[in-house]
Amino acid sequence: MSTPRNARQAPWLLIALTTLVAFFMLAPIALSVMTGLVVNYSKGLASGLTTRWLAEVWQLYGGTVASSLWIALLCVVGNLLLGVPCAYALARSPSRAARWFEELLTLPVAVPGLASALALILAYGTLSGFRQSFAFILVGHMVFTLPFMVRTVGAAFRKGELRALEEAARSLGASFAQRFLGVLVPAVLPAIVAGSLMVFTLSVGEFNLTWMLHTPLTRTLPVGLADSYASMRIEIGSAYTLVFLIVILPVLWGLQAIGALIEKHHGT
Amino acid sequence: MRSGFAPSRTLLLACAAPAAAFFAAFWLLPVARLIALPAHQGWATYFAVLSHGRYLQSLLQTLGLSIVVTLATLVLGALVGITLARQRFAGRRLLLSLLTLPLSFPGVIVGFFMILLGGRQGLVADLSAHLGGERITFAYGLTGLFLAYLYFSLPRAITTYTAAAEAMDAQLEEAARSLGASRWRVARDVWMPELAPTTLACGAIVFATAMGAFGTAFTLASKFEVLPITIYNEFTNYANFSLAASLSIALGLITWLVLWLARRVGGKEAF
Repeated sequence: MSTPRNARQAPWLLIALTTLVAFFMLAPIALSVMTGLVVNYSKGLASGLTTRWLAEVWQLYGGTVASSLWIALLCVVGNLLLGVPCAYALARSPSRAARWFEELLTLPVAVPGLASALALILAYGTLSGFRQSFAFILVGHMVFTLPFMVRTVGAAFRKGELRALEEAARSLGASFAQRFLGVLVPAVLPAIVAGSLMVFTLSVGEFNLTWMLHTPLTRTLPVGLADSYASMRIEIGSAYTLVFLIVILPVLWGLQAIGALIEKHHGT
Repeated sequence: MRSGFAPSRTLLLACAAPAAAFFAAFWLLPVARLIALPAHQGWATYFAVLSHGRYLQSLLQTLGLSIVVTLATLVLGALVGITLARQRFAGRRLLLSLLTLPLSFPGVIVGFFMILLGGRQGLVADLSAHLGGERITFAYGLTGLFLAYLYFSLPRAITTYTAAAEAMDAQLEEAARSLGASRWRVARDVWMPELAPTTLACGAIVFATAMGAFGTAFTLASKFEVLPITIYNEFTNYANFSLAASLSIALGLITWLVLWLARRVGGKEAF
């Protein structure tokens, strides 16, 4: 894997194209980070660096960071409680109904978030206590992220050796709870962690659903971002984007570390 | 069939019940109501997207944009992905992980990036003014929307193609080359068939994402209207719920159908 299989030089045209695409992908990130830290955007770096905009973002929108992190965390917990047993059931059930259910469960990923959000508002919009709470957004996020958890963990449950392991535990007299928590869950732990990080990332960045579901008192980070882009100066929008990056980066590194860990554990 | 051991039906049902109840309450039933809603205003409401010129235009614009973005993403993603899979250079891992970063950005950030690049105070406007020309802006029109869609689609294609190209059987290519095949023939006869499943799966996801993208067009306040924005306007500005529902159903059907077809043809790789 690590040995370069083909050290041949790629045509320079491909190298140039790759460089151009990499520049297109990375330049806006760099530009945004810089804009969030300079004193005056139109004067550029010459105007000096400052954390003033970050402080202002924190004052205006600090609450959205906490709400987003809370929602993402609760979303992960909820999906663990609902999704992991469900993934097990779907992995072990030979029935046609189980395949159908899995298909249905995946629909919120295929159907645009706007449609799911409209459906939620039309069905529950009149329950004002629910409508005006963060629970309304949480429910939307959970519906959208549940299939990711179920699919990731389900694939791990389906491995043949795990079935044999479970049977061995059962023949030794382990109850279902003992088997599930003592044998199965530890065996699929990398998949559970990977699924959780995926759900967390999706929830923190979710906008399509959230913009419809939010109220002035229930705003998440992406909702605040949209608001700042529309109504604040460009430095504040950039500083806020930087805050988003700071929140999301550790999760991404975690995901990559887990990926590496799984690769190491299961070989290539 | 498989091993003799299988958990009892009751146990499996009990495991799936909480998720099923939650999903039924907060997605299936609400969506069923959404689907029934346009019927209150007559069956014709379901076909509003086809019968009203404005909605049809919005749908066709969205379809056209999504198709072009998908094709551009696949071509660029494949070329860049394959190059990154084969070229060894310092910082390659870091570059690959930086390129996956935008996958987690909400659409609003991508829209903002385009404003930074091509907006009224944008980089390109400053550069063009510096060079003595007039301030060039492209963020708020079709070009800005296209580049923004390309921006959030490319990371998926690049990472998918890099992974697929790294997993490819090198012997096939060696064999073709030793038989005297040209670079172009290797690409056509070895690479393309090998990467076809990846292309199909990735293309379907990119297309579906582009069709449903809302945050980006919303931030850019684009002059080029796409269907999600039309739906949002009908719902929020005109409180026309049946029509918003009808348009959402049309949009949902198209994206779901494309993903379903891709899975039908290509198998497990598509979501």
